[in-house]
Amino acid sequence: MAKITMREAISQALMEEMDRDPAVFIMGEEVGVWGGTYAVTKGFYDKYGPDRIKDTPIAENAIIGGAIGAAMVGQRPIAELMTINFAFSAMDYIVNQAAKLRYMFGGQFTLPLVIRAVGGGGRQLGATHSQTPDAIFAHFPGLKVVSPGTPEDAKGLLKSAIRSNDPILFIEHATMYQVRGEVPDGEYTIPIGKSKIQREGGDLTIVTYCKGLELSMKAAEQLSKEGIEAEIVDLRTLRPLDMEPVLESFKKTNRAIVVEEGWKSYGVGSEIVSRIYEEAFDYVDAPIIRVAQKEVPLPYNRTLEQAALPQVADIVAAAKEVLR
Amino acid sequence: MKKEQLLDLYYQMVLIRRVEERGAELYQAGKIGGFMHLYIGQEAVSTGLIAAREPRDRVITAYRDHGVALNCGIPANEVMAELLGKATGMSKGKGGSMHMASVEKNMWGGHAIVGGHLPVAAGFAIGDQYAKNDNVTICMFGDGATNIGYFHEALNLSKTWGLRVLWVCENNVYGMGTSVERASAVTDIRQKAEGYGMKNADANGMDVMAVYEAAQEALAYVRKEGQPYFLEVDTYRFRGHSMGDPERYRKQDEVKKWQENDPIGIFRKYLLDKKTASAKALDEIEDNVEEEVNKAVEFAETSPEPALEDLYADIYAD
Ligand SMILES: Cc1ncc(C[n+]2csc(CCOP(=O)(O)OP(=O)(O)O)c2C)c(N)n1
Ligand SMILES: [Mg+2]
Repeated sequence: MAKITMREAISQALMEEMDRDPAVFIMGEEVGVWGGTYAVTKGFYDKYGPDRIKDTPIAENAIIGGAIGAAMVGQRPIAELMTINFAFSAMDYIVNQAAKLRYMFGGQFTLPLVIRAVGGGGRQLGATHSQTPDAIFAHFPGLKVVSPGTPEDAKGLLKSAIRSNDPILFIEHATMYQVRGEVPDGEYTIPIGKSKIQREGGDLTIVTYCKGLELSMKAAEQLSKEGIEAEIVDLRTLRPLDMEPVLESFKKTNRAIVVEEGWKSYGVGSEIVSRIYEEAFDYVDAPIIRVAQKEVPLPYNRTLEQAALPQVADIVAAAKEVLR
Repeated sequence: MKKEQLLDLYYQMVLIRRVEERGAELYQAGKIGGFMHLYIGQEAVSTGLIAAREPRDRVITAYRDHGVALNCGIPANEVMAELLGKATGMSKGKGGSMHMASVEKNMWGGHAIVGGHLPVAAGFAIGDQYAKNDNVTICMFGDGATNIGYFHEALNLSKTWGLRVLWVCENNVYGMGTSVERASAVTDIRQKAEGYGMKNADANGMDVMAVYEAAQEALAYVRKEGQPYFLEVDTYRFRGHSMGDPERYRKQDEVKKWQENDPIGIFRKYLLDKKTASAKALDEIEDNVEEEVNKAVEFAETSPEPALEDLYADIYAD
């Protein structure tokens, strides 16, 4: 086991898959000469050259549409959106094309496509550049949405995504590239569509993913000092959603909170809570609480931005509330 | 142009430069956060351009907007306060560096989605056309923005519908780290306007007088003909794309060469050569700017943070 950063984990996954399969290439804004705006593809341009590391114009439709086309004719493109906020500029390609082309043509087309995108708030980038709109993308059948919370998962899931024959949106978090964690030595993959228990505990279940995992782990530590043991289920994949570990944990604890960075209304938490009520109603001992972003576009001012984002203290308070 | 007006242009360019130099220091000191894109090197573009507008002409630009904001008459105090995220900023601390606007000054923002504001600019002109006035909308954007679909939709619409927009492309050679020749099918960007049958011209963006004259001609055409116009302005940003740009994509020699053509230096020489003002008079302007910027920093630093309940203010009008 080696301890590496999220950035290194993602970078390693990309490199290993590029070395393994010549059909894999990367296209996006500033992925090459610049080395990636988050330095994930630093050194790639020198190693693989401009054919495999394609610096594109600022043209999100051409990036996603182009990657879809290349995938349909047999290549395995990794399209990078500089941030997930620019996915809205390419929404038609993601929603109307990537998610539907296979189904609509009776399975004739295959789209082995990965869209990597950085999301998340907390960097004072203002309302258009700070969003966590993951739930929107998870709404569409035909698209898979992956969003890891640890370096180990990021590496293993990204490798699986690149090998997958379906279009996958892979969402990273802008404030997590320095997060360190153990990753297995040597080759490994992690299956897409499997939730995972990241921490065991018997008092309540915290369902979360990505940035929410980082916050929930910290909250669980604090709770533990007060004698409360939280079990943390990391969704890792938002679609297809694996409810098994969530339900299993909930049937044990009978109390849950859901933590996500995105807005609460119509969010990931809304889905999880409904599913628990639908599938494990008899086990509910307390109303399930959602911890999420306040219902405002994120402001630039640091204090206001932090006030709008879910915090460790909010999770701790919610945990105590469901245990009351 | 009258002497006072010329000196005012000099004042504005120096003001932009000093506000941004201080802004950069405050950023390094951690008092400004987020993305901050400096306009240093490009001051002559918006200064010349906006000097040619009538107050009723609307201005809209991208995130590299401090200079445009100052040229439009937003006080340095408010610009600095917005950079620091204070309640006294023109966007009440919610917008930051990239989102400066003042409806009162007919400055409609600072927009951070590349190319996103171009169809909106066309929309201003639709509104004005509908109101049957002859206001012009001046829409500024970078070279990189001409590669996104928004640009093409907006240009096409403006020509088809006869909208009064002056499209101004600030060609500063790069969109982040990608040079125009690596990203655009044509390096003379105004050829794209040619494709839409739009009247166009180019101007030296390091020379404020050249920009001013080109803008005057363009604005007169747009107003009179009720047609859009495309102005390509050649310029260069002396600093990185934003704070913390590793600048691996360009050589320091290239940057130095452009810096020898400093727009403020060029204009200073012009004013001295024409004997419009003495060196002493220009130095005095610089001293005054220094003082104004000091005051702006003090104003910003002593201004209150937005109140916590303002988090929920201004989400909806109703
Ligand atoms: C739709 C969209 N894609 C990507 C970005 C990220 N981005 C911000 S500025 C920029 C470069 C823009 O270059 P240019 O238009 O030449 O303007 P300049 O920065 O040179 O003034 C990029 C790619 C963005 N903000 N919006
Ligand atoms: Mg540019």
